[in-house]
Amino acid sequence: MPSVKTDDLILEIVDLTKSFGPIQALRGVNFDLRRGEIHALAGENGAGKSTLMNIIDGILRPDGGEIRLDGKAVSITSPAMAQRLGIGFVHQEIALCPDVTVAENIFMGATNASRSLWMDYRGLEERAADILGKLGDIDPAALVGTLSISQQQLVEIAKALTLDCRVLILDEPTAALTEREARVLFEIMRKLAAQGISIIYISHRMVEIFENCHRVTVLRDGRYITTLDVASIKPADVVKAMVGRVIDNLYPPKLAAGEDAGDVILDIRDLTERERFRDVSFALHKGEILGFAGLIGAGRSEIVKGICRLEGEVTGEVALHGRPLDLRHYADSIAQGIVYLSEDRKGDGLFLDMSIAANVSALDLDRIASGAGVIDEAAEAEQAEKLGGRLNLKYGHVGQPVSSLSGGNQQKVAIAKMLSVSPQVIFLDEPTRGVDVGAKAEIHRILRDLARSGVGIVVISSELPELIGVCDRVLVVREGRIAGEARGDDMTEDRIMYLASIGDQQGAVR
Amino acid sequence: MRTDSAVADAATPMRRRGVAPTGLVSTIGRMMRMRETGLILIILALFIAMSLASPYFLTWNNMRAMAMAFAVEGIVVVGMTILLISGGIDLSVGSVTALAMVIAGLLFLNGVDPWLASAVAIAACTAIGAGMGFFVTRVGLHHFIVSLAVMVIARGLCLLGTGGRPVGLYTLPPEFKFIGQGSIGVVPVVIVIFVVVVVAFDFLLRRTTMFRKVFYTGSNEKAAAYSGIRTKKVLFLTTTLCSALCGVAGIIYMARFGSAQPTFGVGMELNVIAAAVIGGASLKGGSGTIFGAILGTVLLSVVSSSLALLDVSVYWQDIIRGSILLTAVTIDHYLNKRRG
Repeated sequence: MPSVKTDDLILEIVDLTKSFGPIQALRGVNFDLRRGEIHALAGENGAGKSTLMNIIDGILRPDGGEIRLDGKAVSITSPAMAQRLGIGFVHQEIALCPDVTVAENIFMGATNASRSLWMDYRGLEERAADILGKLGDIDPAALVGTLSISQQQLVEIAKALTLDCRVLILDEPTAALTEREARVLFEIMRKLAAQGISIIYISHRMVEIFENCHRVTVLRDGRYITTLDVASIKPADVVKAMVGRVIDNLYPPKLAAGEDAGDVILDIRDLTERERFRDVSFALHKGEILGFAGLIGAGRSEIVKGICRLEGEVTGEVALHGRPLDLRHYADSIAQGIVYLSEDRKGDGLFLDMSIAANVSALDLDRIASGAGVIDEAAEAEQAEKLGGRLNLKYGHVGQPVSSLSGGNQQKVAIAKMLSVSPQVIFLDEPTRGVDVGAKAEIHRILRDLARSGVGIVVISSELPELIGVCDRVLVVREGRIAGEARGDDMTEDRIMYLASIGDQQGAVR
Repeated sequence: MRTDSAVADAATPMRRRGVAPTGLVSTIGRMMRMRETGLILIILALFIAMSLASPYFLTWNNMRAMAMAFAVEGIVVVGMTILLISGGIDLSVGSVTALAMVIAGLLFLNGVDPWLASAVAIAACTAIGAGMGFFVTRVGLHHFIVSLAVMVIARGLCLLGTGGRPVGLYTLPPEFKFIGQGSIGVVPVVIVIFVVVVVAFDFLLRRTTMFRKVFYTGSNEKAAAYSGIRTKKVLFLTTTLCSALCGVAGIIYMARFGSAQPTFGVGMELNVIAAAVIGGASLKGGSGTIFGAILGTVLLSVVSSSLALLDVSVYWQDIIRGSILLTAVTIDHYLNKRRG
């Protein structure tokens, strides 16, 4: 990583405080950003990263402290003002209009401010092409809705760059990207930094921070903990600063070498769905955690959803404990104890405005109801409390809405929902996405415990270190087929990436 | 709320049993936050103000007339509330109610037994609901558009069947008119039917697995599908149920008026949706209660009755009803935001 030569500070945050009612979100946070620097901001969920960034972007006003831009104290009162000051914020959620062109999206702000009656489409597209040229190959006349997520992210960045920004805030930009797309993004970040733009990079992923950033600032519980030069530290130092204790074992122990996986729980033969996957066969053994790797769009989720009959017209054999199953609908799959944890917790995993108890019971209401179909509310609450306790869920009471929980705890509710039916097999799609380090380790431990208790566990993840750390065996999916298997010493990032991408044409199409 | 959950979030799991904090104080606190309590207080305040303002308000006759006015519509409100919770909406309730009257009335005039005629009419309305359900869940059209079309079609059928004029049914047997005009003791039969429907559906909605699926579907249709729930079936059934209840309401109206009125119920959909929404149902689906929706109906009815007693022009009444709806929804929006 090239070091930043200049000590030229562009942004300084001094002793910033902010509270929401009785909750202190920031308690005296300091932060400084040098010109042309990529500065990572790390911390668990709830550490205060978002609050800090929202203050810098003018969405929130601080209670105390100072923000200095080029050495002068400024008071940023709105995102529009932040833009005028040269601060661009690319939010985690993509906020583009899908039905208009890339160029129009990029210049939405300018169009809005323009006094001209007519749209100058050609001019827009030329200027958009100019900016996009720095970033990658995107047609300015294409509709945003037709682009992949990573391309949309680049459009967001282009949008920020048009405002002549000097400070660019990227909030977990790689959460929705494949490894390869992420690499392109890092390339661009370095290019921008070389041009003198300073980048604040928010991420949970240590690897990204260590490969791409110059310095890292750690927040914890709204407090400033430390700022470190990435070159002189190890990932464990950052994790320790984030959680305030040493996490010696990021991943739970796997099956020992001698300890072989047991009988076959789930046997899949020649699973085929016309367009998305073909001839998928594999066996899941008792006690093991099986991983599914592959690029986004390779068909990992589709295969798993096909097994559960969540979508697609699927042919092929599914046998549970040697018994062939005839599954027609996901409800049949649930009845057999085969369940799927969605990758999109908020979109299709949980009922955010409903209670914890109602979420946990959703898969099989008969478990908490009398024969006549009358729900026993006490039994429903008890079920949620029991599973919540088992997963170490942090909550007030089981009647509170799931939306009031943190991301990690929401995910635990989603897992509790799976466990409510005493499943035989759980497919977990990106089980730790958007979950902080502490909760992540906890979820990994839970998965291992479940595997040990005889539940079949299949984990899909785009985070290779996670797959390698957690799984006993990894199947690699490429273009709707199982391209290979990695286990034991063979289970390396290189080997998995090789299987996932070799012979593959350019890019993952979504 | 926010402090509660945030503090609790940071604390270790509490070992409380039951769904919510127990104890009298917190129960009262919880009740105070509930929308139903607010509505009851507003209705009570209106009652007190009106009994002071008009000597005719708090009389048995006025109370009876008011209750009769909202009771039948209340049955439609029940269907609409359940449909709204599932994430749908039905603009055709007024015309379908009228169509039930017209079908049963015409059959009766042609010599069909009134009970059989009513059963046929209710079945026809149910079939209309099923048809809408088909277009929504199988074809994939929006509830709003489908029910808008059906609203116009059903009204057209009413006018076509009757030539646009009310059909007098002077020979309806007394035991049939009893549904709409009779009393059990001092309580009108209409009110008895209304109470039975409300209590039954309130229980079903709160406590049965069948209707819990309605909440799941409306709260997040995709998450419901990912919980093994056949969401299309749920939407099909709630759409059908709403129209079926319109059929029931139409028959009661017919028994009450002793005639079939092809232009009855114009604008009823707005009143019914307003009542459900004032009572806490969300147009986005996933929330609402029967009890709340009925309180919304009562509130609108008390307001109408009060304005009439105070000799306020009928033209003002619509303006005031609309304003109440807007106020209720605005207050709710801010309350939800604060709880957020």
